[in-house]
Parts: sequence; C-alpha cells; structure tokens
Amino acid sequence: MRDLTLAMRRRTDVLTTLFFFIIVVSLFPLGAGTEKMILMKIAPGVAWVAALLASMLALERLFASDFADGTLEQMLLTPQPIFILVLGKIFAHWLLTGLPLVFIAPLVGLQYYLPDEAVITMMLALLLGTPVLSLIGAIGAALTLGLRGGGILLSLLILPLYIPIMIYGAGVVSASATGTTDLQAYFSILSGFLILALVLSPMATAAALRISVE
Amino acid sequence: MNAISDFFHAGGYGFYIWGSYGAAVLLMAGEIIAAKQQHRTILKRLSRMARMNAAEEDE
Amino acid sequence: MSINWFKYSAPTTFYPLAGKMIPWFGWLTAILMIGGLYLGFFETPDRLSDQKEYYRIIYIHVGAAWMSMWLYVVLAAWALAGLVFQTRLSYMMAAAIAPTGAIATFLALWTGAFWGKTSWGTWWDWDPRMTSELILLFLYMGYMALQSAIDDPRRADRASALLALVGLVCVPVIFWSVNCPDPNECAALHQTSRPGGGNMDPNILWAMLITALAFWMYSFYVILIRVRGIILERERHTTWVNEILENKR
Repeated sequence: MRDLTLAMRRRTDVLTTLFFFIIVVSLFPLGAGTEKMILMKIAPGVAWVAALLASMLALERLFASDFADGTLEQMLLTPQPIFILVLGKIFAHWLLTGLPLVFIAPLVGLQYYLPDEAVITMMLALLLGTPVLSLIGAIGAALTLGLRGGGILLSLLILPLYIPIMIYGAGVVSASATGTTDLQAYFSILSGFLILALVLSPMATAAALRISVE
Repeated sequence: MNAISDFFHAGGYGFYIWGSYGAAVLLMAGEIIAAKQQHRTILKRLSRMARMNAAEEDE
Repeated sequence: MSINWFKYSAPTTFYPLAGKMIPWFGWLTAILMIGGLYLGFFETPDRLSDQKEYYRIIYIHVGAAWMSMWLYVVLAAWALAGLVFQTRLSYMMAAAIAPTGAIATFLALWTGAFWGKTSWGTWWDWDPRMTSELILLFLYMGYMALQSAIDDPRRADRASALLALVGLVCVPVIFWSVNCPDPNECAALHQTSRPGGGNMDPNILWAMLITALAFWMYSFYVILIRVRGIILERERHTTWVNEILENKR
C-alpha cells in the first residue's frame, strides 16, 4: 500500500516510461524504412522489445531507494512475510510501467498499420505479459541491488529470461494480424507464464533480497 | 605426400573442418594453459605475500 | 559412503584429491580424443549420404553441445548444494565450471556455424537448437558477470547460485518456446540434413560417442585445475594453504 502511495507521487515516472516506449517504437520506422508491409511484419517484435526495455528501465528503482536508506533491511526483519512486500512492490512497478503500455498499444498499431484485431490482441498480450516482465525483473533487481554497473548488468541477466514471453507475446500479435492460426493456445501459454511467475517469482525475489542485503 | 595433402584438403572442405577443429584445439589448449597459469600465478603471489608477512613478524 | 563425501567436501582434503585426479583425466582425455578422432577420420567413409567429408565436424560439435548443456546442469547442481548445505567448496566448483561451460557453448555455436555453412549454405539459421544454444551462452555470461560484479565473495556466490537455478528452471521454457513459437505446430528440431537414422555407419556413431566422452574427461581435467586455483585464492588465510606455500618456497 505504501508503495502505491509513493508511486502515485512519482507520477512523472509513468510518463517517462511511456515516452521511452513511444520513442523507441517510433525509432524503428525511421531506421528501417516506412514501407507498410515491412512495418506490419515487425510491429509485434518491435512493440515487445520496447516493452522489455521500458520495463527494465524502471526495475532498478524497484528496491534501490529502500535499500539505500536502510528501510529494506528493516522490512526484512519484520514478521510480515517478505513475499507480500515483494508482491506489493512488483504490483506498483507494473502499474507504473506495464499497464500504461497496454493503453498506448493502439498508437503502435497506428504507426505500424496493424489491423484492429491485432491491436486488441496486442493489448491483451501486453496485459498478460507485462506483469511477468515485472515479476521476473524483480528477481534481477534484487540480485543486482547496489552494484556498480547495475542497470546494464541487470539487463544482461534478465533479457534471456524474457525471451519466452517475447516469443509468444509477439507471436500472438503476428498470428492475429495474419489471421492464420488459432489464438487460444497463445493466450493459454501466456496465462500459464503469468501464473507460474506469480507463484515462483516472489519466493525467488525474497531469497535474492536476503542474499543482497545480508 | 599426396595422401597427406589430400587429407588436409578433405575434398574441398578443408577450411571448414580445420576451421572447426582449429578453433576447438585453440580454445581447449588455451583454457588448459590459462587454468594452469592462473594456478601458478596464485601460488606465486600468495607465497610472496606469505613471505612478506613472515618477514614483518620477524622484525 | 556419505561420510567419505563429506570428508572431501572440505577444501583442505579436496585440494590434494583433485591434484591426484588431474593427471588421470588428462590422460583419459588424450587417449579418448585420439582414439575417437582416429576412428572418425580413418575408419569411416568419406561421404555420408548427402553430406561430404565435412560431416566430421560433428565429432566436435556434438561433444561441445552436450557438454555445454550438461555443464550448466552440473553448475546449477553445485549451486543448489551450496545454497542448501552452505558448503564453500560447492560454490567454488560452480565458479570453476562456468568458464568451461561457456567455452563449450561458444564452440558448439562456432562449429555449428561452420557445419551450417557447408550443409545448408548459411553461417547462421535461427533453428531452435542453435538459438537455444545462443541463449545458453547468455545464461553463462550472466552468471559470470554477476559473480565478478559483486565484491563480497559470499554474496557473489549466493547471488550467482540463485541466478543459475532460476536459469535452470527457465531453460526448458526457453527451449520449448524457441522450438514452438507457434504453439499450434512445432518447428523441426534441427535441420534435417544431420547424419542420423538407421543408416549411420556404426563407426561414425562410435567416434561421436568416444569424442563426446573425451570432452567430458577434458571438462573434468580443466575444471579440476581451475578449482584448485580458486581454492588457493579463497582459502589463502588458512594454515594448510600457508603450509603448501612454505613447501613451495
């Protein structure tokens, strides 16, 4: 709860993440050419890579400020189970970085000439996928607390783990755009990832926090 | 002589085969040398430090 | 039996044990490698169905690929042992394995590229096996990066151990997702032009298995050497290490 209030005060963070996403997404057509067919094809991948990067950017701050002023150690000492604390922080992170992307997805659809169904699919996929990004990212953030070269190191550790989400997240949008295959399976898998991450990640993050703080 | 050069030529694929094996040999040999070297360096460095500590205690 | 294991789980006793084992593994590696390659090069046909002499690359490619995957599992196992039993040596073993595993992965990718160039005409092809191998390389690099980024050895060990375990859990997921990006149909596991099926000359198979075994022995060899260095470095404040140093003077 506390984290949500803190996060609400940092409303600029939401905007920063959003604009980062928008800029990255806008960069690709400038670099790769604005030919419609090509853009339609790369849209899912581009959107997801941008989502990964945007999610990772804010991860550092997930635990950093509490770590710096010592409140993190105190939180670890309280009888309250850590994973509730962790879930709270992750949820706040997602609200700030993941959820906004869901709403900005239509903009991507516009820039990349995506058909409407594909845009809806993208929003759903992002809705399911971005929490997983926050959940997995939290493990990395906990592991790299306070290290120099933290951000880049965090990316190096987390990006391989993000790959499955990206494959299916982008895949479902592609499939939706070309209208060839059944989307049900994709969403089952993405939901599966979400559930798995919800169950396993808080424990791993808590363990990582202990390791980093002690 | 012909047989040996044929062996290396490997029906035109020499480059690829020896490129692979060459990389393997290089990497593996390099790894062994690096590990042994590291061991030796650590031994030397620690001996030097131990000697310095012993010398300090003698004073 | 369990008493013996725990006796050797102390760096003090493991160090000389490793020292004795190293020459054995060295010789085994040499013998197996030479034997396997001899078999593979001289006792096998020059062509294999549609592949020509270059199929012999598989002797290195398969060995390296298997080792890269196996070593990661072993590394994660030592990481788990370290976290559960709090034994320092477990972490040292994990740290010793990482570079070898990474090199094996790189070699698998490299030889795979050479193979690809000769068989299918392209250096790289995003087929599931090679892509997973590439991701495995990233996992190794991440492990080593995290370890070197943390100064406190205790935190470094435990953090990278956790990372290795998370990676291990994710490996099947990653492999599966790369293999079946469209869940409604799964891609071919590996390009079809690999020697296989019932027509493989038994000598080729033997050569492949023997060289793979040679790689395994080689891994033991180089990892044991490396771990001895790590043990010395970490335990430099203990009396037994100082005794060794004195004997070396």
